[in-house]
Amino acid sequence: MSILVQPDTRVLVQGITGSFGARHAQLSIDYGSRIVAGVTPGKGGQWFEHNGNKVPIFDTVPEAIRQTGATTSAVFVPPPFAADAILEGVNADLELVVAITEGIPVRDMIQVKRAMEGKKTRLIGPNCPGIVTPGPGKDSFGGCRIGIAPGYIHKKGNVGVVSRSGTLTYEAVWQLTCRGVGQSTCVGIGGDPVNGTTHLDVIKLFNDDPETQGIIMIGEIGGSAEEEAAEWIKQHGKKPVAGFIAGATAPPGRRMGHAGAIVSGGKGTAAAKIAAFKEAGIGVAPTPSEMADTLLRMMR
Amino acid sequence: MNIHEYQAKQLLKQYGVSVPAGEPCTTLDQARAIADKIFGAGHPVAVVKSQIHAGGRGKGTFKTGFQGGVKLARSVDEVVSFASSMLGQVLVTKQTGPEGRKVQTLLIAAAETIKKEFYLAVLLDRVNSRPLVMASTEGGMEIEEVAAKTPEKILKQWIDPSVGMMPYQARQIGSGFGLKGELFNAAVKLVLGVYKTWWECDASMVEINPLCIIETPDGKQSLSAVDAKISLDDNALYRHADIQAMRDLNEEAPLEIEASKFNLNYIKLDGNIACLVNGAGLAMATMDIIQHFGGSPANFLDVGGGASKEQVTAAFKIILQDPNVKAIFVNIFGGIMDCNVIATGIVAAVKETGLRLPLVVRLEGNNVQAGKKTLTESGLTIIGGDSMADAAQKVVQAIAAR
Repeated sequence: MSILVQPDTRVLVQGITGSFGARHAQLSIDYGSRIVAGVTPGKGGQWFEHNGNKVPIFDTVPEAIRQTGATTSAVFVPPPFAADAILEGVNADLELVVAITEGIPVRDMIQVKRAMEGKKTRLIGPNCPGIVTPGPGKDSFGGCRIGIAPGYIHKKGNVGVVSRSGTLTYEAVWQLTCRGVGQSTCVGIGGDPVNGTTHLDVIKLFNDDPETQGIIMIGEIGGSAEEEAAEWIKQHGKKPVAGFIAGATAPPGRRMGHAGAIVSGGKGTAAAKIAAFKEAGIGVAPTPSEMADTLLRMMR
Repeated sequence: MNIHEYQAKQLLKQYGVSVPAGEPCTTLDQARAIADKIFGAGHPVAVVKSQIHAGGRGKGTFKTGFQGGVKLARSVDEVVSFASSMLGQVLVTKQTGPEGRKVQTLLIAAAETIKKEFYLAVLLDRVNSRPLVMASTEGGMEIEEVAAKTPEKILKQWIDPSVGMMPYQARQIGSGFGLKGELFNAAVKLVLGVYKTWWECDASMVEINPLCIIETPDGKQSLSAVDAKISLDDNALYRHADIQAMRDLNEEAPLEIEASKFNLNYIKLDGNIACLVNGAGLAMATMDIIQHFGGSPANFLDVGGGASKEQVTAAFKIILQDPNVKAIFVNIFGGIMDCNVIATGIVAAVKETGLRLPLVVRLEGNNVQAGKKTLTESGLTIIGGDSMADAAQKVVQAIAAR
């Protein structure tokens, strides 16, 4: 098993006709993922074609679900329309919505989170690289790739990766793969201050997943999500966890690229997060080059 | 985005929040005209406030030696005299750094007698993704200090975004302030107005510190937002043309403005190793690893996921404008982007800028072999790094060796 998505997960892409959505739908198809539908309002009835694959496009998410049995959505629509797109998937009872879009106003996400209370859908993101469950083929082909991560850097295996940052996730995954160690699932939860799924949510899933034997958790300055995950791991963690926190050198009060990466009022510092990790028995990588090695030492 | 105090008060006023009578000015003639109005209306004292995006103004010092970026004046002439000492001068406060900020605008306002000070703020509570209204009877103090010493003095109301802030929540704050009668009713109205400002302007933070009970010369008491600070959610600016117009480029570092024109995310720091990285997380981690090996990063620079040759060239030009830079560290994990495109961009940028500083490049990812070949065959002196750690050590050594 893996968490959240499996190679046979049926995925629809909201915003499949935009250049960003189209490019990554193509890459997911090339990776062997089951992209079964596209949704672009006003373009229902058309087809998205790539390398001999024909993906039907629908005007609405419920229609796409009815016709194709999709259970999961990747949202690539531009920021002003993203909250609407996410809630369309939520109200159609999708199991999972993965919002890739960067730049959604915080107020929109506050409303989305409130509207999602009591619904069955899990949201990953926004402003995230998405999810990859590597497949058994060459360069992990045949897995489920939702989002914008490079598929080929992965390898099927037993380490779970969760991170707020895209490129740092790739860095960790590549370090593992280069050492011959594969991944169960890699989850980018996104760099925004309001997101659907937290470090802790993903850690709980990895903790219960029999296939996951070790976890890499990558955090960054801002908020207290890493501390909350660490506290839970201290009480309930069954598996070795290695971590890294980015932003020790970031000046306070400045947003470091990600909307959520900011130390404000002395809160959300790297030092506090690293201390929480150590307190919880999480192996802290001294540099981002040693994320995989730190975990592998613990798993030995 | 941050805005000035006078702009924050303009927004608050639109939502029914009472602020002291006053206006901004940029010239001495304007200062005199505003002062005439304030004293003419019977206010005995006016306050002259330097408008910069940094705190600690009152205790700041101008580079001319003039003390205080906020001054109380008892006559029109005194207002003009203070204004002439402040306008166009550089104010250094504990938040500006030693370089200080040039004061180009002043807020001249009525200074009423303050009977009591409170604290009021609206922000996002990231733990439960809800707006949080925070208040304290300890006005004028930093809220972090109050939270640490006397957490029981902080009143909190979490807002359900589906209904907005309800009046009963504002009443709890008014009651927590210990107010009665007309002042209680005024507090309820004011708190609701401050929340509405936060919500409707897409603010990330609205802070009124202090919120004051003031007494006018005729002995009448009322509430007033004596100081106010608002920062806005950059992602929502597209729906607020009026707030976009409040952006003051004088308050932003010139290189950061230049970088934003090329969709580059650049933040200047104090070190001497310039970084050029793709991805915000990796860019932060690159700064960290430089420091880990004893170096000091000169900047944060995220060129984004789909950097073009033009962007790489623009990025080089921007980091080279920082006179402190002694070496450059390029750290690219090209997952989807083609490493050879980046390598071609680096070679072009080095040639175009005539770069003489040590350049360490760590490339990884898609088409990396072709990228490395392009760098090698360019004939340029480019130091390759196998991993982030290897490259970081090489760049730190390159500076030590010079």
